[in-house]
Amino acid sequence: MIDVDLNEETIRRIVREEIEAAFKKDPATKKAAIIASKGTLDWAYPPLILASAAAAAGMETSIFFTFYGLNIVHKDFEAKLKVSPVANPGMPMPLPMPDLVNALPGMQGMATMMMKSMFKKKNVATIKELLDVARESDVRLIACQMTMDVFGFTKDDFIAGVEFGGAAAFLSQARRAHVTLFI
Amino acid sequence: MADVKEDKVVDASGLSCPMPVVKAAKEMRGLAPGQILKIVATDHGSLADIPAWAEDTGNELLHTQTDGGQYVFLVRKGTS
Repeated sequence: MIDVDLNEETIRRIVREEIEAAFKKDPATKKAAIIASKGTLDWAYPPLILASAAAAAGMETSIFFTFYGLNIVHKDFEAKLKVSPVANPGMPMPLPMPDLVNALPGMQGMATMMMKSMFKKKNVATIKELLDVARESDVRLIACQMTMDVFGFTKDDFIAGVEFGGAAAFLSQARRAHVTLFI
Repeated sequence: MADVKEDKVVDASGLSCPMPVVKAAKEMRGLAPGQILKIVATDHGSLADIPAWAEDTGNELLHTQTDGGQYVFLVRKGTS
């Protein structure tokens, strides 16, 4: 009989190593499925940043663009993606503005310009650059067919490389992925 | 770590998240297992991001150096 000293520390170490080994074998750790549902400039960033980072970490990544999120992969995304200062108390403004003022014409354009210049100053990648990174690193960009039909978009309205699918297409990816995010 | 010589350098100075990791991953693809990539970044987040990325991709972080506002990482390409 082999005399093995199975004290608590040894058992913990073995369990930890086994979990780590199982984790490495699990294919779902190599997949990310993200939903992008918002159509503003500020909310276009998180799904693209996370998808690019996931792809860089070797994960098979897909983003499913639905409802206003379709703006992000629309050919006119530069014009469509804006920042709304209305009902957005987190928006850094030179001085506090009540929503009645924020709702005035021109305020949305000003907030958008402010954010773009802040991002540029901090050398944050543009949406165009992040879309290019995503496509170069094989992130699948899937536009939701149902919301496209509702909004009157056709396949030609979207940037190159976009695929089209529905809820089942997303779920088919998501059920195989540990990382699934609704943004 | 003076004895470690990098095989390739990627300069991500001035770039924000996620670009240091994106650029590192792109350069790493061109290296053979065992070769060493030097990553230079100024994004403070890279102090957490590069080690996490290295671990997730099966590469080995050999060294981290903070030099003023600049971060230098040496990562050895793994076999996986």
